[in-house]
Amino acid sequence: MKTVLDERIETALEDARLQAVLEQLAFRFATARNQAAADLPNWEELRTQAHAIKRHTIENLSTYLQQLEARVRERGGTVYWADDAAQACSYVVELARARGVKLAVKSKSMVTEEIELNHALGRAGIEAVETDLGEYIIQLAGEKPSHIVAPAVHKSRAQIADLFEKKLGLPHTEDVAKLTATARAVLRQKFLAAGMGITGANFAIAESGSIVLMENEGNIRFSSSAPKIHVAVVGVEKVIPRMADLAVFLPLLARSATGQKLGSYVSILSGARRPGEPDGPEVFHLVLLDNGRTRMLADPVAQPEGSPRRPTLRRQTLYCIRCGACLNVCPVYRKIGGHAYPWVYSGPIGAILTPQMLGFPMAPKLPFASSLCGACRDVCPVKIPIPEMLLLLRSLETESMPGGRWLERTGFRLWAWAMRQPWLYRLGGRAARFIPARLLAAAGPLAWWRKTRELPVFPGESFRDWWRERRAPPAGMTTGRRP
Amino acid sequence: MKSAREQVMGRIPAAGGGAPPEHLAEATAWPPEKLLARFMAEASALGAKIFEADSAASAAEYLRQLAEQKGGEAVVARRPLVEALHLSGPRFHPQGTFPAAEATLSITQADYGLADTGSLVLFSAEGEGRTLSLLAPVNAVVLPASRILSGLPELFAREPAIADRSSAMVMVTGPSRTADIELTLTIGVHGPGELHVVILREPEVRSQKVSHPPLLAPDS
Repeated sequence: MKTVLDERIETALEDARLQAVLEQLAFRFATARNQAAADLPNWEELRTQAHAIKRHTIENLSTYLQQLEARVRERGGTVYWADDAAQACSYVVELARARGVKLAVKSKSMVTEEIELNHALGRAGIEAVETDLGEYIIQLAGEKPSHIVAPAVHKSRAQIADLFEKKLGLPHTEDVAKLTATARAVLRQKFLAAGMGITGANFAIAESGSIVLMENEGNIRFSSSAPKIHVAVVGVEKVIPRMADLAVFLPLLARSATGQKLGSYVSILSGARRPGEPDGPEVFHLVLLDNGRTRMLADPVAQPEGSPRRPTLRRQTLYCIRCGACLNVCPVYRKIGGHAYPWVYSGPIGAILTPQMLGFPMAPKLPFASSLCGACRDVCPVKIPIPEMLLLLRSLETESMPGGRWLERTGFRLWAWAMRQPWLYRLGGRAARFIPARLLAAAGPLAWWRKTRELPVFPGESFRDWWRERRAPPAGMTTGRRP
Repeated sequence: MKSAREQVMGRIPAAGGGAPPEHLAEATAWPPEKLLARFMAEASALGAKIFEADSAASAAEYLRQLAEQKGGEAVVARRPLVEALHLSGPRFHPQGTFPAAEATLSITQADYGLADTGSLVLFSAEGEGRTLSLLAPVNAVVLPASRILSGLPELFAREPAIADRSSAMVMVTGPSRTADIELTLTIGVHGPGELHVVILREPEVRSQKVSHPPLLAPDS
């Protein structure tokens, strides 16, 4: 019965250092986010508006994607549609091969983690270097990001010092400024030597054919400007209608992600360099990736009459702007960290994205790993109703299991019947009081289920017995009632 | 066989139609003193060093001293606001005459400032590309006080065709930073660790027009 998820959760819970890091991360990010949200008087209006714009865009996705494609082409860019990860990877690999690229620099992008682009490039003999400091660290370590915003947060400075000593030959130092300066120097050479820069995008503007990227380090500016080829791999849900929509989304993204008013650098890129401009890429390629996204537009659940929200419940997953705020407030993420999740997307958003994109067999029980407390919904800058989606996914997962629907229905029918039989209820209560708790806890098949649930302590006397004694007091005692 | 585009588009339900939601009403215009004060407060809170110049001459003097203090070479954008300062001397090199990656200091032009975030808005253009403000460890940006806007809504209202104007517009909000190692804030990871903003005060700038080319001339 134990899944990979269960095993990873156990490992994470036993890792004392990880527990301390997660507590600090969650506290710092969540506090910064709360202050930044409180600081904007129209925060709630912005969230409502962001939700409305995303809703409108997703309801008109084909229109805006066609507009985006047309504008990018008008500006001389190339648009490639990728149905899945394999198509996206092979397009980028072929492009690099055709152009004789040996080295590509990459900026942090969840979507390229999702499609495992680095592996594809590596297999083709093309070196792909992550240039965000956190991503660079985990690339050196051969690991995966554990947080959307802070990918290497699980590593200690001592571990990073060892890593830099081993891989870069830097004399052992735990001075963060020195470690950072070393990464800067190494990566600076990579930027200037690379033939291709690969980025994602936070937003793609339909009306102008621009992509928008927010960051703090400057590596995205480098990756998108220094090499001759700029490739942006962008999920189809990233499109927004208008440039001016950024006035809604940028403050929400920055404040939700790190509590900043804006990231240090926001780049609005509209194609390759133009005549007269002294630098910038010679060509711009936009890879529009689906990889399971448009499947969320179809809702497999029959819709009851007069239910305005349910038809669009699943597709609201596509509203996500990847700020990571839901991770920081999630009581589950805060205990198990990003690596316990089955895929690159962790936290509450990962719990709804992963089963929908990979299917339930790849993410068994993930929607069940939640207390449904609703903290994620409260902080989500685009107001995605994550708890409602988790419930929907739970029912879909149960229904998808062979006999799952029958098993659950029968189980609950049995329970309902038993609860209507007073004699059976009394018998059960007596049995529970009679059997020692330790014996129940050790009971074989229920042990795994019990592990995360407290067994209540049964009182020595049932309510029924107690009540009977009060109603029929022994002779000689007054009942307090007047005759 | 269907193309990937046809397959993706085939899964997208018919468009619902309608217009995108209207944006929130803009806040009332801010008086110039409030714009300047807020910009300075926000930018300096992020670690930017701000110099208010009474005249083009005092701005040039500040930049000369900065170049001396930092040592090495300075690459100067060939854009109107910067050229009007007439920076000359052995350390100063017009853009295109010295590799910016080897310079200590870059001097660039901000087309706008955003008061509510302390941001600088830089367009890639002839004489100043995407990377000049990124390569050197110290970046000084020249910003006329009159170009400070309240924030993003005003910027997008003023510049309705950003994508037509340039292939790249970047908003710079403080120096390059990271907190990727144990959440410890570190400044200057890939971009400049030191950001200077030289604000040209409006009346004094106008008085310079007699002897210098106009500071606020359009780029092209």
